[in-house]
Amino acid sequence: MSTDAVLYDHPGPRARARNRILTVVFGVVVLALLYWVYTKFDDKGQWAAALWKPFTQGSTWTDYILPGLRHTLEAAAVAAVLSLAFGIVFSVGRLSDHWWVRVPAGVVVEFFRAVPLLLLMFFIFFGVPFLTQQPMSIFWSVVIGLTLYNGSVLAEAFRAGVLAVPNGQSEAAYAVGMRKGQVMANILIPQAARAMLPVIVSQLVVLVKDTALGYIISYNELLQMGVNNVAANFGNVVQAAIVAAIIYIIINSLLTAFAGWLSRRTRRSGRAPRSTGGSMPTPAPAEVL
Amino acid sequence: MDVFSDPANVDVYVTGFLWILKLTIAGTVGALVLGVVLAAMRVSPVPVLRWFGAAWVNIFRNTPLTLIIFFCYFGLFSTLGFSASDDIDRNNYWLGVIGLSVYTAAFVCEAIRSGINTVPAGQAEAARAIGMSFFQTLTMIILPQAGRAVIAPLGSIFIALAKNSTIVGTIGLAESSNAMKDLINANGDQVISIFLAFAGTFAIVLIPTGYGFGWLARRLAVKR
Repeated sequence: MSTDAVLYDHPGPRARARNRILTVVFGVVVLALLYWVYTKFDDKGQWAAALWKPFTQGSTWTDYILPGLRHTLEAAAVAAVLSLAFGIVFSVGRLSDHWWVRVPAGVVVEFFRAVPLLLLMFFIFFGVPFLTQQPMSIFWSVVIGLTLYNGSVLAEAFRAGVLAVPNGQSEAAYAVGMRKGQVMANILIPQAARAMLPVIVSQLVVLVKDTALGYIISYNELLQMGVNNVAANFGNVVQAAIVAAIIYIIINSLLTAFAGWLSRRTRRSGRAPRSTGGSMPTPAPAEVL
Repeated sequence: MDVFSDPANVDVYVTGFLWILKLTIAGTVGALVLGVVLAAMRVSPVPVLRWFGAAWVNIFRNTPLTLIIFFCYFGLFSTLGFSASDDIDRNNYWLGVIGLSVYTAAFVCEAIRSGINTVPAGQAEAARAIGMSFFQTLTMIILPQAGRAVIAPLGSIFIALAKNSTIVGTIGLAESSNAMKDLINANGDQVISIFLAFAGTFAIVLIPTGYGFGWLARRLAVKR
């Protein structure tokens, strides 16, 4: 069911009048809220030009925000590649015919999905140095944490994708004499990856957002450089947070738009797996945040 | 497990998870209420309400929770002078609940909206045919069926909320991840057992919860 205009009739004169009243009332409420925020900011002197001015200066961008953004994207890119590899390895592991591969892979995936990422990063950054007797690189603490968590989530997505490929595909592949590994690598994974592309991209949005956790273990990413350090220099924490939020929103909106485009493209070319259980629509796969 | 033979350390552990529990409960209530209202706005006949819902979802779904919690403390509390309680821990707790709720509500809204899409159009048309208003159609016909379709996605959202509540530690609440960090720094020789105690608690509680939501979702699924 499309949500457009099925829940309500085409508005007649009375409905139109009521909708107009609701529009005005809610509009006034929103404007009042915005005005309240404005006066609150004004009371605290947050509109002072000095607090916003740093963002019109090139040096703020080149010294703080852009290096921070670069570190965020670096960590996200490395972790994305590693997560995909981790996801493929462990999804294949969970689908293995041998219990001594399947069970450990399942335990690893379930464990890292259930443990908060921050706890994992704290363990890697503060705990592992006690075990190895040498300091842990902040960059790799962030990347390994992100990889273990997002890789586990992707492993489940790949597994769901492989299970959604119609049985006939692997049966046909076995019939022409392919081995288990060949069926997985040449038949199942490519189809699963294509069907799961939108899920994979939205998981990458999660990954980009989660790099902000690096701030807590003082990795020099966007939140650390663009908000914490800028605010330490100019005393404008609210303004810096707003600018950083806008940057995150732009990056992630682009990724989300890309995911939407991919899913439309996959659907048009008819490559998405056909649902097996009749015509009942299923809700979108759960988004993991 | 020598660390936990000291009652003071057990206390740190228990306090940490009590904060997580409280944050999760309050955050779930806040996110669910806010998320349902936002979902109702997004399917309403009034354009301004739809825009508001869409703007909310796009802003909060794409901003890192760490930044939101950071803003709740340094922006809302320190700069703008919003204070929820005089007690420092209580205040941080409520700021955390606000951050978790506004963030998670965006995901709840989207889950419920995708649930509304699974309800056959005939249901809404029949409701309209017997003269129900938009509000009646939504609350009596569509949402009860949509809610049953989205139990599994909502379950994973609330499990994520429980894990995300560790991020409130950023603003100084002594929740489980901070508790673990302090214990590790004080007992460097027992790092593994400390990590397993904290991570294991999350795993033991959250993995069965996930399967529980899956079971509930299958049990309550609308048979069509």
